[in-house]
Amino acid sequence: MVNAIPASFAPAVSESPLVKRLLIGVSVLFLGVFLLVPLGCVFAIAFGHGIAAYLASFHDPDTLSSIRLTLLAAGIAVPCNLVFGVAAAWAIGKFEFFGKSLLISLVDLPFSISPVVAGLTYVLLFGSHGWFGGWLSAHNVQIIFAVPGIVLATTFVTFPFVARELLPMMSAQGNDEEEAALTLGAGGWQTFLKVTLPNVKWALLYGVILCNARAMGEFGAVSVVSGHIRGLTNTMPLQIEVLYNDYQFVPAFAVASLLALLALATLVVKSAVEWRSAVLERGTK
Amino acid sequence: MSIAVRNVVKKFGSFSALDDVSLDIPDGRLVALLGPSGSGKTTLLRIIAGLENADGGEVRFDGLDMSRRSARERRVGFVFQHYALFRHMTVFENVAFGLRVRSRRLRPAKDAIRARVFELLDLIQLRNQAGRFPSQLSGGQRQRVALARALAVEPSVLLLDEPFGALDAKVRQELRRWLRQLHDEVGVTSVFVTHDQDEALEVADAVAVMNGGRIEQVGTPEEVYRRPASSFVYNFLGNVNLFHGRVDDGTARINREATGHLVFVRPHDLEIARRATGANSLRVTVKHINAAGPVVKVEATTEWGAPVHVELPQQRLADLELNKGEQIFITPRDLAVFADGRRVS
Repeated sequence: MVNAIPASFAPAVSESPLVKRLLIGVSVLFLGVFLLVPLGCVFAIAFGHGIAAYLASFHDPDTLSSIRLTLLAAGIAVPCNLVFGVAAAWAIGKFEFFGKSLLISLVDLPFSISPVVAGLTYVLLFGSHGWFGGWLSAHNVQIIFAVPGIVLATTFVTFPFVARELLPMMSAQGNDEEEAALTLGAGGWQTFLKVTLPNVKWALLYGVILCNARAMGEFGAVSVVSGHIRGLTNTMPLQIEVLYNDYQFVPAFAVASLLALLALATLVVKSAVEWRSAVLERGTK
Repeated sequence: MSIAVRNVVKKFGSFSALDDVSLDIPDGRLVALLGPSGSGKTTLLRIIAGLENADGGEVRFDGLDMSRRSARERRVGFVFQHYALFRHMTVFENVAFGLRVRSRRLRPAKDAIRARVFELLDLIQLRNQAGRFPSQLSGGQRQRVALARALAVEPSVLLLDEPFGALDAKVRQELRRWLRQLHDEVGVTSVFVTHDQDEALEVADAVAVMNGGRIEQVGTPEEVYRRPASSFVYNFLGNVNLFHGRVDDGTARINREATGHLVFVRPHDLEIARRATGANSLRVTVKHINAAGPVVKVEATTEWGAPVHVELPQQRLADLELNKGEQIFITPRDLAVFADGRRVS
């Protein structure tokens, strides 16, 4: 370097240290009051009567059944939305077709609609007095106040997550690499597995994580279609409410702590994914 | 493999991208599709590749109609403008891709693939970069990898879309010559798209000049440059001075008024003198002299205010002792007269 470089640069945005500290302080305070204190509270109450009491909470068959039901609902909803999300993002991101903007709005619909309304819609469709209620009861199929309804509601509420994560990426990457694969003799499935999917794998993983977190934590829509039958149709969030209303604080907060842990784990994986893609980005530049 | 394009038509909505285009490319040639942006050259290339479907007409490889075959079945090597390398694969994996995706029956053994890839990496002089990712390479290196990847599958024809478009001038020059050499070594029928006339004239065996979805002229670089079939080709293939004129008894005259004929003169075909030397001599005023570079560029204006560009050797400028603001005479050594875009003299 021939030109002398000054030892210190003034930052591009120069504000007085007071303003800086004030802004940081407000952010930290806000996060503390609205996030950290409640989170700490959950664990404090859950472990308030010792670890034994905490673990005993999970011996309740109704609680165990709610955990199983939540895992089942998420286990069905997440793979469904994975397939749907990839298909929708691929169609929207890589093709031009009539009604594309309508499809984009439809994908976003569950974000803009209240989950309770979504749940009620299912009741109106499949409930005993609903449109298909007569036909369903004639064929002995129960959807509302049963597991199928819970799975349906969960799937509906969580279906934008994967598609929304993938869409911007797929549109930005364009079709060039797929076309290149095609001219090199790769079939559609090979192109998808070897070219399209690896290019979006981190976004896909992140989308699945978010989708899963929401699927397990969903309350509103599931609450409407579940009927709150203990040991049968209560998911973890519903079970927490039931326990809380019965003044069983330790078990309620113990189950809540599981969901909180899920949220924390999601955060960790998200950071790891972001860190990993940042490292890859830097390594290749 | 020879390529024949027959009466190909392509519309995007109401825009006519290709309007009844026919073109013959003999086996083993290197042909340039040259034209301004929007002339349909890339669309034609993509239709030959099968990446785009024509609305009418057909594409034949060695006389065989390809119109119903997909890009995958046509076995073309396609080099994309922005390379389209697989970003999550190394250079080696990129080049090997076309061989690895073959069905088990047609796929070469692992060692054979490896040998073939390294053979190609030697050809593009990137053997020691085999383990790198595309984003770690320079533009010129990426372009070479894209070419090697396309050649790996031993394509019947090689199609290149603006192969040097995204590179800086120096690298572009080198790669041009390298592509020409490579073509002479490999011998595969190749078509490349470019908007740069120097590139087309320097590299190709034949040039097809395109404009507005049509082919204006096909010929060797010398033919299209020396005998442009239309005013568009004349204009596109180099700098020109434009005058009004007419033809009397077979002799072209430059006029001040519009008379329906256009006279084109290349800047290096204008002679500068202190005195009028012929019937077509024009009095001009020197506005600017740029002596940087191998030729001197003189900007002048005619008596009626039209700009004129003249190019002359450095020595000639020294002999003339030309100065800014002086009045001199220019006389065309060679000119072309066009009426309604067609050449008349």
